[in-house]
Amino acid sequence: MKAPVSWIREYVDLPGDVTTEILTDRLTALGLKLEGIHAAGADIQGPLVIGRVLTRDPEPQKNGKVINWCTVDVGAANGSGEPQGIVCGAHNFEPGDLVVVVLPGGVLPGGFAISERKTYGHLSAGMICSAAELGLSDDHDGIIVLPADAGAPGDDAFDLLGLGEEVIEFEINPDRAYALSLRGVAREAALGFGLPFTDPAERVVPEVDGKAYPVLIEDPAGCPVFTTRVVTGFDPAAASPDFIKRRLEQYGMRSISLAVDVSNYVMVELGQPTHCYDRDKLAGPIRARRAQAAEKITTLDDVVRELTVDDLVIADDNGPIGIAGVMGGADTEISDTTTAIVIEAAHFDPTTVFRAQKRHKLPSEASKRFERGVDPLLPAAAADRVVELLVEYGGATAEPGFTLVGTAPERPTIQVATDLPARLSGIDISAMTTVEHLRAIGAVVTEHGVDTIEVTGPSWRPDINEPYDLVEEVVRIVGYDQVPSVLPRRATGRGLTRTQRLRRQVGRALAGAGCVEVVSFPFVGEATFDKLGLPADDPLRSTVALANPISSEEPGYTTTLLPGLLDAAGRNIGRGSSSVALFETGTVAFPSDNGPAPIYGVHAGPSEAELEKLLEALPVQPQHLAVVLAGERTRSGWWGAGVEAGWSDALAVVRRLADEIGVSVEVSAAARMPWHPGRCALITIDEVEIGHAGELHPSVCKAFGLPARSAALEVDLDALMAAAPDVTPGPKFSTMPVAKEDVALVVEETVTVAEVEAALRAGAGELLESVRLFDVYTGEQIGAGHKSLAFALRFRAPDRTLTEAETSAARTAAVAAAGERTGAVQR
Amino acid sequence: MSGPNTDFDPVEVAAVSPAELEAARDAALAAIAAAPDLEALKAVRSEHAGDRSPLALANREIGALPPQARKEAGQRIGQARGAVNQALAARQAVLEVENEARILVEEAVDVTLPTDRDPVGARHPLTTGAELIADIFVAMGWEVAEGPVIEAEWLNFDALNLGPDHPARTMQDTFWTAPADNHLVLRTHTSPVQARTMLARGVTDEAPIYVVCPGRVFRTDEYDATHSPMFHQVEGLAIDKDISMAHLKGTLDHFAAQMFGDGITTRFRPSYFPFTEPSAEVDLICFVCRGVDSDACRTCRGEGWIEWGGCGIVNPRVLQACGIDSSKYSGFAFGMGIDRTLMFRHGLEDLRTLFEGDVRFTTAFGSEL
Ligand SMILES: [Zn+2]
Repeated sequence: MKAPVSWIREYVDLPGDVTTEILTDRLTALGLKLEGIHAAGADIQGPLVIGRVLTRDPEPQKNGKVINWCTVDVGAANGSGEPQGIVCGAHNFEPGDLVVVVLPGGVLPGGFAISERKTYGHLSAGMICSAAELGLSDDHDGIIVLPADAGAPGDDAFDLLGLGEEVIEFEINPDRAYALSLRGVAREAALGFGLPFTDPAERVVPEVDGKAYPVLIEDPAGCPVFTTRVVTGFDPAAASPDFIKRRLEQYGMRSISLAVDVSNYVMVELGQPTHCYDRDKLAGPIRARRAQAAEKITTLDDVVRELTVDDLVIADDNGPIGIAGVMGGADTEISDTTTAIVIEAAHFDPTTVFRAQKRHKLPSEASKRFERGVDPLLPAAAADRVVELLVEYGGATAEPGFTLVGTAPERPTIQVATDLPARLSGIDISAMTTVEHLRAIGAVVTEHGVDTIEVTGPSWRPDINEPYDLVEEVVRIVGYDQVPSVLPRRATGRGLTRTQRLRRQVGRALAGAGCVEVVSFPFVGEATFDKLGLPADDPLRSTVALANPISSEEPGYTTTLLPGLLDAAGRNIGRGSSSVALFETGTVAFPSDNGPAPIYGVHAGPSEAELEKLLEALPVQPQHLAVVLAGERTRSGWWGAGVEAGWSDALAVVRRLADEIGVSVEVSAAARMPWHPGRCALITIDEVEIGHAGELHPSVCKAFGLPARSAALEVDLDALMAAAPDVTPGPKFSTMPVAKEDVALVVEETVTVAEVEAALRAGAGELLESVRLFDVYTGEQIGAGHKSLAFALRFRAPDRTLTEAETSAARTAAVAAAGERTGAVQR
Repeated sequence: MSGPNTDFDPVEVAAVSPAELEAARDAALAAIAAAPDLEALKAVRSEHAGDRSPLALANREIGALPPQARKEAGQRIGQARGAVNQALAARQAVLEVENEARILVEEAVDVTLPTDRDPVGARHPLTTGAELIADIFVAMGWEVAEGPVIEAEWLNFDALNLGPDHPARTMQDTFWTAPADNHLVLRTHTSPVQARTMLARGVTDEAPIYVVCPGRVFRTDEYDATHSPMFHQVEGLAIDKDISMAHLKGTLDHFAAQMFGDGITTRFRPSYFPFTEPSAEVDLICFVCRGVDSDACRTCRGEGWIEWGGCGIVNPRVLQACGIDSSKYSGFAFGMGIDRTLMFRHGLEDLRTLFEGDVRFTTAFGSEL
C-alpha cells in the first residue's frame, strides 16, 4: 500500500513538526510496517516551469527520424521573456499546448544536467519533459501535456506535478485490510497521534429508493450487499484531472480513462472496489448469483474463462458480466462511446472471492481487498463518491435513485475480561485504558458486570472476533515497546534425549574421522537414480512425489542421501580438490500406502485413534547417514606415499561409528548398486539390514566425476542409534599375564575372514581374549585358489597365569575348529 | 696374598722406576685429556689402562718383586692407576654429555614442515548452529522437540489456525505431495512440531510445555542469494499458566544475548500470524553497531536493528485444535530462520554457500561456531 503524505494529512490534521519519519515510526509501531518512503522527482533541480508551445516545425532527419523545432513561451522564467528555442523528439502536442520545460541549469533525475547545446542544426535551450524523464512514471509515450487551466507560462511546475512529494509504502498484514486505503491509513495516523479523524466515507447519500439500476441478490451468503447508482450524459472523452492521475501514479496504477480512474481512485481512497458498467450494454436487472456449470465470461483482460458452480458472478439477462469481486466482463465495459454508466458497489464474502481468484489465477486490486474483508457499510458512500467525481470531471448528470439490496453482516459482540490485556501482555494496563483504547479503534464498548466488558468491533474490522483480537488492539496502542522483559518461572526439562545426544556424537565422530558435513537438497528424479545405476525395479526409485516440484526433472523426495552427497563430492573435485571426504545426515522418505492424511476439525483436539490414523498416513521418514571418501584417505607428502581411499575405509567408518555409540554391527558380502558388485558390504545389526558400504561402481564414479575407487556408505541412522544401549555396562577384564599365539591358516579363496575368525573364537573357548587378523598372503607357496591368513590370538584367564599346556590346548582347539568349519589347514 | 707368578722369574725382575711410572701416568693423562670423542677415549683406555698398558704390566710385576719392595711399588703403581682411571671416568662423562648434545643438535628438524597427513573434518554450521540454539534453551530447562519434514496438511495448516481459505496460506508457497488429496506437504515451517508436542503431551499444572524445535522446512521459493526452497527454522513454544508477552520478551532477550553477546536485546512490532494473537515481528538490536552510528553498518544496513523472526501469544484456536484448555493455559511461540541468523551472525553473503557442500566453506567453521 502506497499512501502520499499529503493525502493522509487531508483526513488528519497532523502538526507541522510531525515529519514523515515520525509518522512512519508511529505507524510501524501500530502495525503498519514501513517498506519505504518514495519521493519521485525529489532530486530534480529547477528551473522547471510551465511553457506554452508557440510554434512546432517538424524537420525530417537523414536517419529517418523526425524532430520538432519548437519555440516555447516560458514567461519571465528565462530572464528575457523571449520565446525559448527547444528541439523535441515527441509528437503528441500542438502549438498552444501547455507543457513542462526544464531550462538550462536544471538537473533531471540521475544527475542529468540541462544546458544549451547544438543539436540537429539548432541551439536547443532546454527540454520539454515527459513523465518518465521526471521520474514520475514509466510512461515514455511522449511529453506531458498539461490541462489548459494548469497555469501560466513561467509558473513553477514542481508543486503542480507533485514532484518530491513523499509517498509512504507500507506492508499491510492480511488482518488489516482496512489499511489498504487512505481512509484506513489516515485513521491509524489519527489513532497514533491522538488526533481527530475526518472520515472521507462519512457522506450524505441519497435515500434508498430502489430506483437506480435494478438488482437481484440470489446468493446473499456470497453477496450480502449490492448497491447501484446511475449517471448519464457522461463525456467519454473527458480526461482525468491531474490530482487523480498523480495519486494513482503514486499508488502505482496507470491512468486509463476517467471512469476507470475514478473507480480506482475511490478504491484507494476508501478501500471499496467499485465497478462501472455501460448501461446501454446491460440487459435486464443485475443479478448476484452462482455461475452455472460451463458458463463462460470474457473478462476485462480479454481472456475467455470457463466458470464453475462455485464462482459467484454478476450477471444480466445475457449471462455473466463479472466475476464478483475479482474482475468485470468485457461485454459491458465502458468504451469511448459510453454516456450512461451504472455504478456497482457491493460487498462480497471473502472466502468466495479468495477461491475464485485462486481458481482463475486472477489476483486483482479488488480481490486483494475483498478476500481480506472490506467494510460492508462502505458501498453507499463509495458509489456516491464515484458519482460525485464522474459528475464533476466527466460532465455527467447524477440520475436520481439509489438501489441498495441486502444487509451488511453484523459484527459479533465479544465478552472480554477487562484485565485480559494486562494478563496477556505483562504490562500494567488498567480497565479504563482498555475501554479507552477499544473505543479509539472504533469499537462499541459497554460495561457488563464488574470485570467484564462487551465489545463490538467497528464495521471495517472483520478481523476482530475474539477476546485475544481485542488484546492485540489494546496492546499495540499502549505500545509493544512497553512489554517488560521477564523470564518464565519454571521450565523443568529433561535435557537432550539419548537420540539427540547420539546424533551429535555421530557428527563429531565423523568430523573427527576427517569427514566434512554437507547439507543437500532432497529432490530427485529418474535421472538421479539412473546416475546411481539403480535397476529399473529398485525400490529406491519409488519416491514420495511432489505435486509442484521446483524442477519437473526432480519431482520426488529422495530415498537415499547418496545423490546429493556424490554431487557435492563431484563439485569439490571439479573445483580443484583432489581428495574429499564428506558426510551428510538427513531425512529420506518412503511412501506409505495408508491412504490420505485425514483433515480434522479444529474445535477440539483429535482423539488418540484419530491422531494415530493421521500419523500412519505419513511416509516413513528415517534419518540416514551417508559418507563418501574420494581420492587420498591419508595424504602423501614429505613423509612418504599416502593411502588412497577404498572399500575398507568406508567399512572402517561404519565400524568406528558403531564403536562410538556402543553398537556392534555385522558385515557380509553384498552386491548392490551403486557399489562395486565385488566390493560391497551389507551392514546388519542382529541380522537386520541397516545399510551398505564399499567401493563405488566404476560407472558411478564416472557419472559423478569422482576418482576411481571412491568409496561410500549409507546407513539408517535411526536404526543404528536405536541399537545403542541405554546404559553401557562397564567392561570386566583380567590383569593376569597374557599369552600370545600366532597361527597361519591356509583356506580356499572363497572362505571369508569372518568365517575363519568365528571358527577360531568358537574353538578357542573362554580363555581367548582377542583374535586379530594381521596378514593375508597369496602366492606360489600357498597354491592357486588359496590364501594364507595370519591371526594373532591372545589368551588370558581371569584368575591365574595360564600354563603353556593350557594355552597350547586352546590354540589347538581353535585351529581344529577352523579346520572343521572352513577347511583351514595350518601352514 | 697374590698367587704364585708363573710368567716371571721374581729373581730377575727389578722394580719399575718411579720416573718410568710417572712418565707412563703422565702420558696416559695427556692422552685422556686429548681424546676428542668417545671413540678416541676408548682407544686411549685400551692403550693406557688396558691389559697391555705399561701401568697394567707394571702392576703385574709387583708380585715378582722382593717382598720389601712390593709395598712401596704397589702404592706408587696403585696411585698412578687410580689417577688414570679417575681421569678416564671424568673424561668419559664429559664426552658423553658432549655426545648427547651433539646428537640432539644433529637430530634437529624443520618444524615448519607440513603435517597434514590426515584429512580435517568439520560439521556444518547449520548443524552446530542448531545445536548452539538448542543448548541455550536446554540450559534454561527447555526440551528439544522434533517432527518429520513430510507433514500432514492438517498439522502444518489447519491445527495452526490456517484454514483452507486463509489468505495467509497463500503467503507460504507450499510443496504439496502428489496427489494433492493425500493431504501431505513438505512442512512450510517448524510450527507443526508445536502442534505435535501439544497433542502428544498435553499440558498439566505439573508438566508445562517448554520446547524448542529446530528443523528443515520447505517453500517453493526461487533459489538465489537470499532465498532457497529448503531452509531451516527454529521454533519455540511455551504453554503454562499465566504466560504473557513479557515472558516471550524475556526469553527472546536472553536468547539474543546468548547468541549475539551481552546487551543485545530485542524489540517487538505488531504483526500478523494466524497461529498467534497478539503477534509481533521481533527485531534484534544490531550486534555490530549496537544502533550507534548505524549509517555505515553493513550488517543492519543503517537500520540499527535486524529483523529476526516472528512471535506472539499462541492463538487460543491453536490451543483448542491441539486439545489444550485455553481458559486454563496460555502460551507464547516464536520462530526464526537459522540460515538467516547464521548469515548475519557470520557475515555470509550468499545463502547458497550453505547448500553447495564446498569443503572450503564448512571447514572454515571447524566443529563449533
Ligand atoms: Zn548495525
